[in-house]
Amino acid sequence: MNFNATLIGQSITFVFFVWFCMKYVWPPIMNALEARKKQIADGLAAADRGKHELELAAKAAADNMRDAKAQAAEVLAQAEKRAAQIVEDAKIAAKAEGERQLAAAQANIEQEANRAREDLREQVAALAVAGAEKILRREVNAQAHADLLGQLKAEL
Amino acid sequence: MAEAHTSGEYIKHHLQNLTFGQHPDGTWGVAHSAAEAKEMGFWAINLDSMGFAIVLGLAFLLMFRAAAKKATIGVPSGLQNFVEWVVEFIDGSVRGSFSHKNPLVAPLALTVFMWVFLMNFMDLLPIDWLPWIATLLGVPYLKVVPSTDPNVTFALALSVFFLMLYYSVKMKGPGGFFAELAFQPFPKFLFPVNLLLEGVGLIAKPVSLALRLFGNMYAGEMIFILIALMFSGGIVLGVFGGVLQWAWAVFHILIITLQAFIFMTLTIVYLDMAHAEHH
Repeated sequence: MNFNATLIGQSITFVFFVWFCMKYVWPPIMNALEARKKQIADGLAAADRGKHELELAAKAAADNMRDAKAQAAEVLAQAEKRAAQIVEDAKIAAKAEGERQLAAAQANIEQEANRAREDLREQVAALAVAGAEKILRREVNAQAHADLLGQLKAEL
Repeated sequence: MAEAHTSGEYIKHHLQNLTFGQHPDGTWGVAHSAAEAKEMGFWAINLDSMGFAIVLGLAFLLMFRAAAKKATIGVPSGLQNFVEWVVEFIDGSVRGSFSHKNPLVAPLALTVFMWVFLMNFMDLLPIDWLPWIATLLGVPYLKVVPSTDPNVTFALALSVFFLMLYYSVKMKGPGGFFAELAFQPFPKFLFPVNLLLEGVGLIAKPVSLALRLFGNMYAGEMIFILIALMFSGGIVLGVFGGVLQWAWAVFHILIITLQAFIFMTLTIVYLDMAHAEHH
């Protein structure tokens, strides 16, 4: 073991190396490590937040679904009610129409009957007059009794 | 090994640094023997230790700097992934052992760990490769593992020691630091005894830090050298040596990592103690 100036040279080299390491090597690497650590932590936090938001969204979706279902049921009930109403209304309208048509038909029938009766009456009168004429022709002068016959005809 | 004929010469050759300094006759140059290197005294420099240490340190810094420049928040690529793994490991160690705020400690620990690890790692290269190439190039000696040079380990340990002293004085004040050394563990009137005990404890820290790393690596290197000697002992011994070398290299992977880790951890712990108000 003989000591010489290598001791000094080596010490100077050592100091320089440590200085270089402290200035140019350690800080950038540590910064990168810290930054990555932070990024990972942020990422994990974001994932947690996303999970939470997903839960909230799922809950909201379920709520919406329930609301929509309730609304749909309500609409359905209303529609059913409305349909029943329409059927009911239609029934009433049909009944009224039927009655109206029945009344009209009856009136028509009555009218027809009246007309038939009128015709019948006229024919009966004509028949009566013809009968009377036949009877009277022998004894009654048509000209003499024309006034009477006209009067009779008007009365019928 | 070209000049190394006997086992003793072979071992000595492998344990000699390439020393550059002033010869006794006044000329400057590379020492061509251990004795010449010794005669150069303190003002000589081990070119191999310094060279490998600087190259390895630069390799570490440039690799990590390249990763740091391209560091992204996104999915890290291969190099960045590896660098981040090392950095996080060091950061975890510092957070676990260092309970104060000091932006120097973590980069210091990273530098110590990676640098020491890479210097130790040179031990896993087959011991004759680089010295053989050096011999071909006319370089007389080449010791490839810088951490088997006590100059290197003591330089690291003493640097850490000065940081300990600096932060002890800075955090506790000169008086506080002195009180820590003089007024415990025994009552104040026994302060010479306290000072002696605590002083030895304080000095023991850098010395043990440096000697532990040096001793482990030196011993490991020595075993590699001894195993390498078997290769010249015939085919049976040579094959046996090959198996041994492989086994020792595998075991050594653990040792070099462990020694780097211990050096780093003790650096952190010593600096933590320097920051602490009381033991």
